[in-house]
Amino acid sequence: MDEIKEKLTRSSKATRQDYFGKAISYVCIALVGLLVISILYFIATRGIATFTVNHASITDFLTKTNWNPGMLDSKGKPEIGALPMIVTSFSVTILAALVATPFALAVAIFMTEIAPQRGSRFLQPVIELLVGIPSVVYGFIGLTVVVPAIRHVAGGTGFGILAGTVVLFVMVLPTITSLCVDSIKAVPLYFRSASLALGATRWQTTYKVVLRAATPGILTAIIFGMARAFGEALAVQMVIGNAAIMPKGLISPASTLTSQLTSEIGNTTLGTLPNNALWSLALVLLFMSLVFNIIVRFIGKRGQMKK
Amino acid sequence: MKKKSLVSVAIAFSALGVILAGCGSSASKSSSSQSANAKVTAVGSTALQPLVEQAASNYQKANKGANITVQGGGSGTGLSQVATGAVAIGNSDIFAEQQAGIKANKLVDHQVAVVGMAPVVNKSAGVSNLSMSQLKGIFTGKFTNWKQVGGKNEKITVVNRAQGSGTRATFEGAVLEGAKAVKSQEQDSNGTVQKIVSSTPGTISYLAFSYINKKLEPVSIDHVKPVDKNVTNNKWKIWSYEHMYTPKAKTNKTANKFIKYVLSDKVQKGLVQKLGYISIHDMKVQKNAKNVVTEK
Repeated sequence: MDEIKEKLTRSSKATRQDYFGKAISYVCIALVGLLVISILYFIATRGIATFTVNHASITDFLTKTNWNPGMLDSKGKPEIGALPMIVTSFSVTILAALVATPFALAVAIFMTEIAPQRGSRFLQPVIELLVGIPSVVYGFIGLTVVVPAIRHVAGGTGFGILAGTVVLFVMVLPTITSLCVDSIKAVPLYFRSASLALGATRWQTTYKVVLRAATPGILTAIIFGMARAFGEALAVQMVIGNAAIMPKGLISPASTLTSQLTSEIGNTTLGTLPNNALWSLALVLLFMSLVFNIIVRFIGKRGQMKK
Repeated sequence: MKKKSLVSVAIAFSALGVILAGCGSSASKSSSSQSANAKVTAVGSTALQPLVEQAASNYQKANKGANITVQGGGSGTGLSQVATGAVAIGNSDIFAEQQAGIKANKLVDHQVAVVGMAPVVNKSAGVSNLSMSQLKGIFTGKFTNWKQVGGKNEKITVVNRAQGSGTRATFEGAVLEGAKAVKSQEQDSNGTVQKIVSSTPGTISYLAFSYINKKLEPVSIDHVKPVDKNVTNNKWKIWSYEHMYTPKAKTNKTANKFIKYVLSDKVQKGLVQKLGYISIHDMKVQKNAKNVVTEK
């Protein structure tokens, strides 16, 4: 009798496994959480050190255009004007998104509305292939093909925002396309049926119904693409020219936040002003990725389809 | 079902184990580095990296117990890592005294080779010799067209190395003499500079001798040719030592033996010259951290 009672009150093997599994997941979650918090903490403390430890002015950082953190200007203040990099980063990001979106939408519509079968079979692998190519390859192609081409067509040295835009266009295209495909596919079939039943043509249905219904998803796709473009370092660094000066046009050498960071960080010493100033650039990047995330959240909430 | 969950638990556990082991080993490394002298990490200058890598692989073939890891990362990284004691050897193109934020008196300087650097121009410029003041004028922005310095009618495009780079510090120390460089393109690797100068008309930059190839036009300064022989007697002024720094407080036997090996005649006469560096033993002059050159 006791044996049976004991057996019944004791937790079963399955329950124990359950607890065990839960424990493991919690440990993993805690580790990931810890990782995120420590990264945030590290970048934030280093990035702020420029203003708290080295007493540089944050307005100088955001509004001045002279970037030369190793040196002092005529007034004895460190030259840490990051405005050229901020402007360039935004320019290439926005331009790349502007150019890539129509192409991405066209491909997505083709894959979902016009020729779902044939389109997906050929375009899906192509898009996945584009994602798989390492960014250094894009950079190298940019350097050997795009830059000389721009030099021939537009003049100058070929390095600059235009070359960066072209390279980023190819890099964000797959991101935007695949997310657009997902959001268009998510539009319920009865939307299309109803529209067609009312006598609308396929294009009218696509343009006025499907795309409208998928707008939040498409906007999210564009923001994700922009986030990728904003954070891309290597490929852009190879074609943008890396001159920390205010961009004067699309074909004059410029420098993005990421390219400045990657090209200088190896030559500075931890804890010095030049190093801290670079961390401040990283903080701007972190802040921007946070902003992109918030926008995506916001769009997602606003655009939820009410059934 | 049961088996599946067991397997997944096992996988999760091993993953955790790897993570924890990773943490554990890095923690124990710092505490036991005194005893585990056989393991050496050399970090820093990308200009010196090829030599150290080759030398390390040869050294490890000869000495089975030694384990030498070589990484790039830049002179600043090398100096700061060795100063904090994170690595046994910090490679650098510049003197520790020249790097802000490094306490040079806590480090031991081993000069293992010399690198000469020369201005290089795209062949379209039509220039193969410049005077020192012309060169200075180009890099400070005084001259903007090759016509002004005896070349073709073409705009000058300056390509600099990244701020704080050892090569740039050497070049500016010898050519600009404190003047401020013109704001221009910056590239952070020899390879990219080589590619850009060889393909973009009107560009000028500077490279270590070993990176100068037939597609580029090396520039003589005041009719002195950028060749090894002129570096050894300081006729050619743009050169720097390649340093391997070790911490003064914590001597690592394997690291010291390895550096001794790099300084041996076998490496200096063989590998060093084969890879385009200049042997430290060939130098007839010496330079200190303040760029003052004296007879040896």
